[in-house]
Amino acid sequence: MSQLTNFTKGLLKENPVFVLLLGLCPTLGVTTTAFNGLGMGLATTFVLVMSNMVVSLVKSGIPDKVRIPAFIVIIASFVTVVELTMQAYLPSLFESLGLFIPLIVVNCVVLGRAEAFASKNNVGSSIIDGLGMGIGFSLALTLLGAIREFLGTGEVFGLQIFDSSYGMIVFILNPGAFIVLGYLILVVNRLNKA
Amino acid sequence: MTYFVIIITAVFVNNIVLMQFLGICPFLGVSKKISTAAGMTGAVAFVMVIATIVTYLIQKSVLDVFEIGFLQTITFILIIASLVQLVEIILKKVSPALFQALGVFLPLITTNCAILGVAIMTIQKDYNLLEGVVFAIASAVGFGLALILFAGLREHLDLMNVPKGMKGVPIAFVVAGILAMAFLGFSGLV
Repeated sequence: MSQLTNFTKGLLKENPVFVLLLGLCPTLGVTTTAFNGLGMGLATTFVLVMSNMVVSLVKSGIPDKVRIPAFIVIIASFVTVVELTMQAYLPSLFESLGLFIPLIVVNCVVLGRAEAFASKNNVGSSIIDGLGMGIGFSLALTLLGAIREFLGTGEVFGLQIFDSSYGMIVFILNPGAFIVLGYLILVVNRLNKA
Repeated sequence: MTYFVIIITAVFVNNIVLMQFLGICPFLGVSKKISTAAGMTGAVAFVMVIATIVTYLIQKSVLDVFEIGFLQTITFILIIASLVQLVEIILKKVSPALFQALGVFLPLITTNCAILGVAIMTIQKDYNLLEGVVFAIASAVGFGLALILFAGLREHLDLMNVPKGMKGVPIAFVVAGILAMAFLGFSGLV
């Protein structure tokens, strides 16, 4: 597999959210606006790339029996880095993402890639895999956030497109998250089949 | 009275699955049949209560005392991961029948964000130990309620004539959305 397909598989063919259905809790929980979705996506991308890198570096030193706990410790360390950095420099984003930042630890995308890819491949392809998956994840979250923000308030990234009094508030609330994601999966399935 | 409010809030108003989006993976993964949904609920309730008690004690007696609160994420996830292993070993020895029922779900629970979420929320909301335990039990009940309702809906959905492209996951999400809409009706109750 060339590095290019290794990178692009995360975008559509094996998109972690739409196709693999991993990491759905933050996907649904934080995407009330496109900006929140993007912030969460980038935070997860950082953790994905760094943990993939470290896991593939130390894979030969970890006994097979304790590899999952070892991976979790590596991931949790990087999540703590993200948590503290965001709290210091982006307090408003930190506020709105809330509980979902520590919960990156249990995001199945991160552990899934560490187990399924980084523990079997070299450092270079693991970083690229993490980057591709992370960008695919960010794309999915930003798209979902943009659609919900647009339908709910008439804005995209805070840019007013139609008057907010026409907004359908249900798309900002919880039911909207489920419904928009359902239809997005339908569209992506169709695209992947074509 | 406060316990009553905690219970109603956690089960209905802030339902952990439909309102807080925690534990979505098992919500979709094991909701094809009511019986598996019930098994998963049992396993989650079991681990959630034990995990909340242990993480609470560690937070108060170690992390707070030594002022190393920034290690919370790492500590809690390690505690939960080892607890799940421990519960699995003990159940296998003590109650093979219960292990038969819950066994397959236990490994999945480590990465169930509802467990870690409830443990962290108990600390964030400044509950005492008893309130934390009540909160954990009520959250597990809320999880079970959502899961079993959804499993019931999906069992019926199998018999329906769903458009081809919507079959499977997409229709499940739309149905979950409608279920969440129903739960929105509880907001403002407390």
